[in-house]
Parts: sequence; C-alpha cells; structure tokens
Amino acid sequence: MKWLRGGGIWGFIVRRLLLGILVLFLVSVIVFAGTQALGDPARAILGRDATPDRLAALQAQLHLDQNVVGQYVQWLSGLLHGSFGTSLASQQPVSQLLGPRLVSSIVLVVISAVISIPLSIVIGSYAALHREKKFDTIVSNVMLGLASMPEFVTALLLVILFSTNIFHALPSISPVPPGHRAWEYPDELILPVATLVIAVTPYVSRIMRASMIEVLESDYVEMARLKGLSERTVLYRHALPNAIGPVFQVTAISLAYLAGGIVIIEYVFNYPGIGSALVDAVTNHDIPVVQALAVLIAGLYVVLNLLADVATILVTPRLRTRL
Amino acid sequence: MTTDQLPDQQGLTTGPDPAVTVRDLQISTTNGTPVVDGVSFEIAPGEVLGVVGESGSGKTTVGLSLLGHARRGLEITGGTILLGQEDIRAMDDAELRRLRGSLVSYVPQDPASSLNPALRIGTQLREVLEAHGSTDDERNAARIAEMMREVALDDDPAYLKRYPHQLSGGQQQRVGLAMAFANRPRLIVLDEPTTGLDVTTQATVLATVRELAQAHGVAALYVTHDLAVVAAVATRVAVMYAGRIVELGPADQLFEASGHPYTRRLVGAIPRLTGGRSLIGIPGHAPSPAKRPHGCAFAPRCRLRIDECEVALPEPVQISPDHSARCIKALEVVKVEQSGLGDPVDLPPSDTEAPVLSIENLVARYGEIEVLHSINMTLEHRECLAIVGESGSGKTTTARSIAGLHHDWSGSIRLGETELAQTARSRSTDVRRQIQYIFQNPYGSLNPRKTVGESIGQPLRVFGLASRREADKRAGEMLEQVSLSASYARRYPDQLSGGERQRVAIARALISSPSVLICDEVTSALDVSVQAAIVELLGTLQRELGLSMVFVTHNLPLVRSIAQKVAVLADGHIVEYGETSGILARPQQEYTRHLISDTPSLETATSEVQATAQPTDRPTEREPTG
Repeated sequence: MKWLRGGGIWGFIVRRLLLGILVLFLVSVIVFAGTQALGDPARAILGRDATPDRLAALQAQLHLDQNVVGQYVQWLSGLLHGSFGTSLASQQPVSQLLGPRLVSSIVLVVISAVISIPLSIVIGSYAALHREKKFDTIVSNVMLGLASMPEFVTALLLVILFSTNIFHALPSISPVPPGHRAWEYPDELILPVATLVIAVTPYVSRIMRASMIEVLESDYVEMARLKGLSERTVLYRHALPNAIGPVFQVTAISLAYLAGGIVIIEYVFNYPGIGSALVDAVTNHDIPVVQALAVLIAGLYVVLNLLADVATILVTPRLRTRL
Repeated sequence: MTTDQLPDQQGLTTGPDPAVTVRDLQISTTNGTPVVDGVSFEIAPGEVLGVVGESGSGKTTVGLSLLGHARRGLEITGGTILLGQEDIRAMDDAELRRLRGSLVSYVPQDPASSLNPALRIGTQLREVLEAHGSTDDERNAARIAEMMREVALDDDPAYLKRYPHQLSGGQQQRVGLAMAFANRPRLIVLDEPTTGLDVTTQATVLATVRELAQAHGVAALYVTHDLAVVAAVATRVAVMYAGRIVELGPADQLFEASGHPYTRRLVGAIPRLTGGRSLIGIPGHAPSPAKRPHGCAFAPRCRLRIDECEVALPEPVQISPDHSARCIKALEVVKVEQSGLGDPVDLPPSDTEAPVLSIENLVARYGEIEVLHSINMTLEHRECLAIVGESGSGKTTTARSIAGLHHDWSGSIRLGETELAQTARSRSTDVRRQIQYIFQNPYGSLNPRKTVGESIGQPLRVFGLASRREADKRAGEMLEQVSLSASYARRYPDQLSGGERQRVAIARALISSPSVLICDEVTSALDVSVQAAIVELLGTLQRELGLSMVFVTHNLPLVRSIAQKVAVLADGHIVEYGETSGILARPQQEYTRHLISDTPSLETATSEVQATAQPTDRPTEREPTG
C-alpha cells in the first residue's frame, strides 16, 4: 500500500482526486437507479397523447428499449465525453441549458461565501475574545435564533421587510432575464445573498468561537503572553492560525450545503440558478436534467471537501510534514 | 552537600539586594476565596529557590504571580512583589509586557503544549527577542545560535526551521529554556519543567538550569512536586501546603532536619536508592481552597496534632536564622530523627518452582521498525519484576505485548504452561482474566459515564463470573481492599482525585483474581505522597494475595521499594537483568550506572551515593547528621 503515502501535498491531492472519481462513479450508479423510479419518461412526456405507437417510437428514440444496464452504460459514456444528454422538456442539450444557470448559482454562492466567511471569523473571534461579555451573549443568542430559522422563512421575512410596505427598497424577486448575467443586476442579488449569508454565518461563527476559545485557553497562548508579546501578535500569529483549521471544514460543508440547498432560496426569489432548474426538471420528469444536476452537485461536494482538507493541511504543520 | 557544587549563598540570601522580594502575597479567586495567603520569600541573584507542594497547593499560582500574571478566575489581591526595586503589582499592562520575557521569564510545565504547533521554533525564539526591542536580524540570529548552543541543541538554521512536533520532549523543553534565557532575564520561573521527561533528559535539563542560573547570575524559582528534583537543583526550598509556605530553609537542612510534620512526611514518601524502604503515603488529602480550616491546614492529617493547632494559624517559628516552619511544635519536630519513618521493606523471596510468565525471544515491531530485540525474562510466582528504562526503550511495548494489546510481535510468551496468542482478542477468556493491566493515566482509563462500582464490577460480568448483584457486592469489597470505602461505588470518576482513581483502577484489575498484574507507570501521573501510598498499597496486596506483578517504571528508586527482580531496558535490548538489590548496588553496565546517577534522589543530590558506590540495604546505616 506504499502508493497511499508520499508525494507531499500533490500526492495527497492526486490520491484524493482518484478517490473522488470513485465516489462520483458510485453516485452516478445511485442517481441512475434513483431516476428509474421516477417512472417512464416517454409516458411522462407524451402525457395524454400516449398512444402505443408514439410511446414505442419515443422509447426507441430515448434508448428506453434497451435493458437498464445498457442505458446506464450509454449515459455514463455520454458523461465521460462531457455530454449530459438532451433535455426532454426543451429538447436542448442539457449542458447548454444548465451552463448559464450554473454560472448564476456559482455567482450567488461565491458572493455569499466571500461575505459570510470573513464575517463569521470576525464575529466568532471577537465573541471568543470577549467571552461572556455583552457582545458575546447578544450575538450568541441572535445567531442561535437565526440558525433555527428555515431559509425560506428568512427569505420571506427579508422580502416583507425590504420589498413591501415597510421599506420598499429592493426587488422582491430576482428573475435575471435569459441571455443576461446575474451580476448585471446587482440589486436583484442582494436579498438572495443576504438570505444565504444569514443561513451560513451562525454555524461558521459558532465553530470559530468555540475553536478560538479553545486556542485562547491553550498553554501556548498563555506562553506567548508570558513572553511579553503584544496582544496583536498573540492574536494574529499565535491564536488565529491554530483556530482556523476547523473553520475550513465547516465552511466546506456549509458551501456544499449551499450548492444543493439553494433550491428553496432560488425558488422563492425566482432566481434562474441550478436550484430552480432542479425543481423544474423534477416537475417535468426531465430525467436527463435531474441526473446531470445530481452528479454536478455531488462533484461540488467532492471538490469543496478536498479544498477544505488541503487548506486544513496547509495551516497545520503537524499534518503537512507527515505527507 | 549541594552547597559544595554551588556558590556560597549565605551572604546572598540575607544580603541587601535580593533579585526578588515577595511580601505577604495574597491571591484569591474572583469570588473571594483565598488560594494563596501570606506568602513571603526572597531570591538572591544566582540562587535557585525550590517551591514544593502537592497539586492544588498554590505553587504554580505563586510562580505566575512573579510575572504579574494570574490565571483565569484568579486575581492577585494583596502584598508586594518587588523585582529589584520595581513593584510588579503597580505596573500597567504595557509595563508588564515589557517585563515578561525580558526581565522575568517563564518555563512551562509541558513543553509539548506550550510551544505553538503552527510556528517554527526559530520563529518562536526570534519573536521573544523582537518583542523586546531587538530588531536587528543578524544580531538576533547570532543570539539565537548562542542560546541553542548553551542549551546543547543544534544551532544549524535548518534545525531552527523545524516545528515543535519534530522535536523530542527533552529538545522541546530545551527550546523553552533557550527562550527563557534569550533576553538575559534577572528572574526565571520554572514550572515543573521536567515532569514527563525521562530521567536522562531530566538530568541534563536540571544541569542546564543550574549552570545557566549560576553563569548569568539569574535568580530562579523552581516549582515542582518532586522533592528529589528540588534536592538536585535548589539551594533553598519553600514547602507549600494549602496556599501557604509551611517551611522555608536551606535544602540540606530541610531534608535532614525538617521542622514541619508535612515536610517530614513528604521526605518519607520519596523512594530511596539506598533504602529499599517501604514508602509511606500521607493519609487524607489537602483541603480545597474553600474548605481550609482556621488553624493549621495540615492539622487534620498530622500525627502530632494537639488542640492548639486548630485554634489559630501557627506563626513561622525560626529554627535557625534562615530556616523557619509554621508549626507550633517545630523545635521538637526538628529533633526527631528523619530516618524514623519508613521501615526497610522485607520483600519475600520469590518462589522459583514454577514461573507464572515466561518470555522467550520476544521481538516486537511498529510497522517496519523493530522496537524489541529478543527479550527473555521470567516472572516467578509471588514475584514483582520491574521493567526499567528511558522513554522509547521498549518497556511499555513489552508490557503491552504480554497483555496482547500490542499485536505485532513474535517469539513466545507463556502463562504457566499456556502459550499466549498475539492479540488479547484471540486469547481465551480465562487467559484474559488472568492477565490484568493497570494504565499510567487514571484520568483516561476510567469511563467517565460509568460509576466507579460499574467500572470495577464490569470484568466479572464480561467474563460471566457473577450476576449484577454479586458484581456490585464484590466491587464494594474490592474498594475496601484498596483502602477506599464501599460508598465510593456510586461516585463518578470526576468526583475522585488522581490517587483515588488509580486505586479504583487497581480494584478493577484485582476483582477478576488475576495471576499476573501489569502496572504500566501507574504512579508517574501522581504526586509524590500519593505515589508512595499507591506503591505501599500494591506492595501490601502483592504480599497478601500472592500476586505476581510486572511493574513498568522509569523511576529507579521506586523499584527498590517494591520489586525483587529488575530488567533494565535500553533501545529494545535487556542490558541488565537480575535481583534488584544486586543491580542497584553493583550495576555492571554503563547504561544502568547512568540511569542511576541521572535519577534525581536525595542521595544523588546530596552526593551520598555516587552512581558506582555500593549502597547498603539497611537504612539505619545512613543516619542523618542534622
């Protein structure tokens, strides 16, 4: 099992990517098996017009006349060639259909992450430094409250607050027109981003607080103070780098959750991302689109977790030097 | 005596310019319970003052107060701390920051957790220079290299690029020392810096501290629970009990003619290389800060107690100009001969008819590395075999292989006539019942979610030997046998002290009537007085129950008090093996001689025993002269 070790950080990344591909392969099997349970797509497409002749013709066209394994192999080889098939509802190639939506979703997630991660680190650290003081108590309770609210409730509250009679400041829906990019309509992004930030920040900041408290209580932070270092140095050089490791892991899980979990938020704001695409595809029995999205989201999980592990390893010499 | 090796202190301690003066120091918890009360002492430049006490006596709290620091939940509420002429208590945060790490520095107890795991040691050394105004990179590099050489570490830049986890415990502690001496401080506070290091490393660290303090005229406060260590390093000693200094005086006087009954008992609890004496623990335990009595805090545990002791706090009684004790009977106590404590142990001869455990050609590996090379030893019936060595010598691996906890071994281990399988899992229940293991750390070896009674009774139920009710009854009996009351059965481990937990672990091992008991460093996490009590208990149990015992330790003097036979391990080889008294008296191997001379003990410290000398069995032959 020698190949499992060595090679430094790049060796680690290569090994994890290979494992990731294995995971994605397993996911593809599960997704394919799962979508079989959605019923006969040909019948779903034809609806009431399903005469036996037309049904047979369509099944042939969709290769549904082959056995299940054959269908799977065909679908998988399509995936490996970068082709996700053709949407049953729109008759467009799936990649062409999802491309812009994927970009929109990524824009949403990235902006939310860029805001919420530093925000969580600052809030968590500040609360830990002033433990059990006023700021910490208030923030802890507010965060707990926010964490216990489902995202769609947060979204609706934001809409009520900022887009109706109270403050009519922001658009209540964000329907970026087809052919345009999400960032061309910044005001439409504000509420969806705010909802996501509110969904993620409580978790990450609580972890940051707990991790920071543990580090501040550690012998090496006491030692740093007893060496006469300034509080600034103690905080930035000794405490933060050690406290931030666990935060990467939680952030990765939160972001991965965002990738799949924005479904509801996109739906509430009518935002044209992969979330709303997934909802539409399931309603329309548009199986190739559902399959493509499931594999895409699984791929995101794999990549984000890999990134978090690499980041953790890079900030933890004990792990880094062992590779 | 120690004073032979150290500069003459007489003029310095009473001289006009002590490096540190502490007067009537008071430290309380933030809700007002006093933790340290009325502590006063002085330390001269170049002098090492040892502060000795059990856990909870307030010794670390006093040490940290010299840096103007109080841990979370504590505050310095009264008294003066003068560094030269400067009052540390009057300093603001910025002044304290300038003081710490430059004029007063600190060497922490656990070097592994006190060095930042995310920073290279070079960075951590450099920042202590930079924080105190030395920003010239070249000068700093030169100073760091100089410090590394002084603490006998590599001054190669590549070495400085290492992270703490890439160093051994001893190297980490020496980095801590280099850091402490970097800015040429006037005072160093050392907080048990050798706990957790093996004797050889401990000896070099102690020597380094002594040399650096002398060479640079640095005053040092050396906090420890181990009197033997203090004897090796300190010129004067303050003994703390329940937040007060109960005795203060020159080290040699304190050990040979102590004026406080507590000091007497502590000295009696130290294992002796010469003696082979039974160790006597101190019954009871120190009161917690909120429950300290009005009068003498030691009175409830004291054999010389009179009613007057509990009326008011005894004032310090001057025994000689620089030796005082807080005991109303101090002048009488001093006259009692120290050797009156601890009878010579009479270890029964081992029964050589039928070995309980025979180990032949044991080879153990970790992965690709062979850590034990062809170990041969036998354990006779009713015998205690000690396995001694430095950390990494393979002593614990031997013990774990016997118990089937370490799996990767070859060779032969026989229990009576039965050949043992490699893993505990593949051995029969009867074999597993017969070999019981007691772990080093009583804090980790008891399930915190189970009551003590459940933990003790568990082996009976696992082996199907008793019903629940029967198991509970037997657990109660076992608790009595290890000198705890049966009512402990309902408690949880976190309600017990370290010593009590270790007794529970012993009770759990004994309940299944084992034929071999393996004790793996069972006392190394405990205070000296508690260690004595545990060894005393194990010795009694072994004799009364006819147990055969494997006793793994790095503490050679301790071996003298309990084991008939000893195996000295180095780098996975047995270098010496035989009768304890013979090996300790006439070590044949250089390695054993080193191990003996490196072990801090009253004898080596006071030069009564050279490593090659031949100590006698009878303690009466070394009458104290004080």
